[in-house]
Amino acid sequence: MIALLQSLRIRGGIHVNEHKQATAGLPIDDSFPLPKRLYIPLQQHVGKPAEPVVRVGDTVFKGQLLAHSQGLISAPVHAPSSGTVADIAEYPAPHPSALPIRTVFLDTDGTDTVQSGESATDPFTLEPEEISLRVASAGVVGLGGATFPSAVKLNLGRQNKIHTLLINGGECEPYLTCDDRLMQENAAEIVDGIRIMLHGMETGRAMVGIEDNKPEALKAMRTAANFHPNIEICKIPTRYPMGWDRQLIRYLTGREVPAGGRATDVGVLMHNVATAYAIHQAIRYGRPLIDRVVTVAGGAVANPKNVRVPIGTLISEVLVFCGADKTRTGRWVMGGPMMGEALPFADVPVVKATSGVLALTGSEVKQGEEQPCIRCARCISVCPAGLLPVDMANRIRNNRLEAAVDIGLKDCISCGSCSYVCPSNIPLVHYFKFAAGELAARQQAKHKSEQTSKLIDERNKRMERIEKQKAEELAQARAAKEQSEKADTTI
Amino acid sequence: MLTIKPSSGPHTGSAIGVGSIMRQVIYALLPATAFGLYLFGWPAVNLLLVTLFASLAFEALCLKLAGKPAIPALKDGSALLTGWLLAMTLPPWAPWWIGVLGAGIAIVLGKQVYGGLGQNLFNPAMLARVVLLISFPLEMTTWADVTPWLTESAPGFYEGLTITFTGLSNPDAVTGATLLGHVKTEWLQKHPLSESLSDFGTLNMWLGMARGSLGETSALLLFAGGMWLLLKKIITWPIPISMLASVAVISGLFHFFDPERYLSPVMHLGSGALMCAAFFIATDYVTSPNTPLGQIIFGSLCGLLIYMIRTWGGYPEGAGFAILLMNSLTPLIDHYIRPRIQGRDRRGRPLEEKMIKGER
Repeated sequence: MIALLQSLRIRGGIHVNEHKQATAGLPIDDSFPLPKRLYIPLQQHVGKPAEPVVRVGDTVFKGQLLAHSQGLISAPVHAPSSGTVADIAEYPAPHPSALPIRTVFLDTDGTDTVQSGESATDPFTLEPEEISLRVASAGVVGLGGATFPSAVKLNLGRQNKIHTLLINGGECEPYLTCDDRLMQENAAEIVDGIRIMLHGMETGRAMVGIEDNKPEALKAMRTAANFHPNIEICKIPTRYPMGWDRQLIRYLTGREVPAGGRATDVGVLMHNVATAYAIHQAIRYGRPLIDRVVTVAGGAVANPKNVRVPIGTLISEVLVFCGADKTRTGRWVMGGPMMGEALPFADVPVVKATSGVLALTGSEVKQGEEQPCIRCARCISVCPAGLLPVDMANRIRNNRLEAAVDIGLKDCISCGSCSYVCPSNIPLVHYFKFAAGELAARQQAKHKSEQTSKLIDERNKRMERIEKQKAEELAQARAAKEQSEKADTTI
Repeated sequence: MLTIKPSSGPHTGSAIGVGSIMRQVIYALLPATAFGLYLFGWPAVNLLLVTLFASLAFEALCLKLAGKPAIPALKDGSALLTGWLLAMTLPPWAPWWIGVLGAGIAIVLGKQVYGGLGQNLFNPAMLARVVLLISFPLEMTTWADVTPWLTESAPGFYEGLTITFTGLSNPDAVTGATLLGHVKTEWLQKHPLSESLSDFGTLNMWLGMARGSLGETSALLLFAGGMWLLLKKIITWPIPISMLASVAVISGLFHFFDPERYLSPVMHLGSGALMCAAFFIATDYVTSPNTPLGQIIFGSLCGLLIYMIRTWGGYPEGAGFAILLMNSLTPLIDHYIRPRIQGRDRRGRPLEEKMIKGER
């Protein structure tokens, strides 16, 4: 009965073809050979890019700080292995545009030398603020894909006195199993990470949501959390996008986060299981975030599996390691196939956000001619945000972007459920992303023209003032002259 | 191999397409159609083929005039389905030109003048049927007797051609009224239902062994086809269920108070036209509302209108009129009935949720 009531809390969503069986049963592969050169972008997180503290030619140890965080929302970057800084220059980012961003080039020496002995501390003797500081200095960001600096979230949780920490073990994207494997193999460490987070946020209770298509992970996590009654492991239905924080918050707590608000408004905060693991590593052993588990899968990959790779490894090298066939690859995707980014080429680095690397064959990629909309309303029934994708797309197509905003464009989370089910192959998400970008550009242009006209106005006023001043000075000078002439004549 | 331009996600998708949807609807119509062809023989086969062919021809012509490629649009099966649905609702022995004219009205006036697939306001097949009914009342209400295939009374192949292409020589001998028509005329002559219904068997009516439109005689087969579409998730339950339920409830109420004047729900639901409308016509994606609540409103009002027209209107059957009327209300329903956006109230304002004090 409770399950039925809870299932009513799920809005929309789709049953996707999971493609997880190829990798879910295989252990995480730790044998990835250290690459000769690593490319470590300085921006791998939401916020300001990190500022380098090393110089070209410097020798660095594994885990040494390469670039420190700047400003309130930022994260530092560390050396994934020991070696020499070969260069600090622009290198293509793992993004559909592949625009170059500032990157540290690190030539590894193959020894993986650690700076000093790992420092083991008991986290529960630390002050909560100290936990945040250490998480921040370890460069931990949200590893579910959002890459929001975790320390900022811990502070938010503490300051807003949240009542429950939610942990996202949904992993609803098809193909991806990195969180699944991590939960199966490192459940105790994840639970420890959750306890550290609870301590850091001064929160009493945690709930972990795991989709019911991961029975092994559920079992492992339940066993690990057995002696911690304040950590509840919850089975959640498999239904994309269950891992959307608002959807999971609503399912687990029954509360709905207001539009434009934060999860803390309803007294909760959500972190990913992989983030919990990274926090455990950072606090218990002082290890910064320098590697991550990446799911390598897709029809063009001969040996799909989860691999632990250093940050900065080229995606192409990871693909070769797993036997990907370049000739059969129709599209490279970083992340999952629903919300991941298509990459124009694979010679871009693995970053903190890289949960998966997919080499999809042409037949796996949804393509096909766009056909007229038949108003079947499938997009409306699957939208987890309660939007009208078909109407929004129509308005955008007619260049009525503001009208699209009126019916909720800004509430779209680009989950892709609408495009997934569309029988007419209409790229709905593409329309929405275009409109959002175009609106931002217009806003910027408007702002710029306002600034320009303001400057012109000020200049005109200034010129006027100067003219006036000049005229006055002239008049004064003339008056003075006349007076002196008058004086002269009177003499 | 890497020729595909990178684009926004999702990079995967469901296999369903417009063509497969149309095909499955046609599959669902097959049992009822086959039964209709069995009952009414060669003339019905001729009429179906003529209507289908004409629909495809008009579609191709319109696309050509519009300068669009015809083949891909013909392949999606939408024109075929429109023609099919229209043929299902025609009197089985109607002359060939009824089929051709109907197909022209449906495809040209009902669909292409609005801009083609997905743009039309009215269901094309129903629009054509209603225009034909008003324009050619005689041809559109000449209901052939049931003459199953291989029985003595069944017309042969050449006789079939004669009926379809030159018309019936002595219509009165081989035609009659449908149940609903019969009841209506009898009532006008002050005959109560117990008299007028004495010859009609309810079971035969549900099975479809009765006069009626080409593919609309068997409520059971249409119901089976509809259920298959529901199972295949081609259609959803709100429209058919609300429509059938509203007819059942309203007719039940009236029948309860005056069983001599008002037909029972069993009779109403057993009329194939209602089943066909509920599962195949009203559920047309293009001309029905988008949200479940909107669809329930749409379906129940369709049911109400059908009942009113059947009972008090000038025509014995009201499905076509009811659906066209409700089609015209669809944009209005869609304007006012919208899903609630997550994190907002019904009027679009952000929710005012605050952390509850006791929660911590």
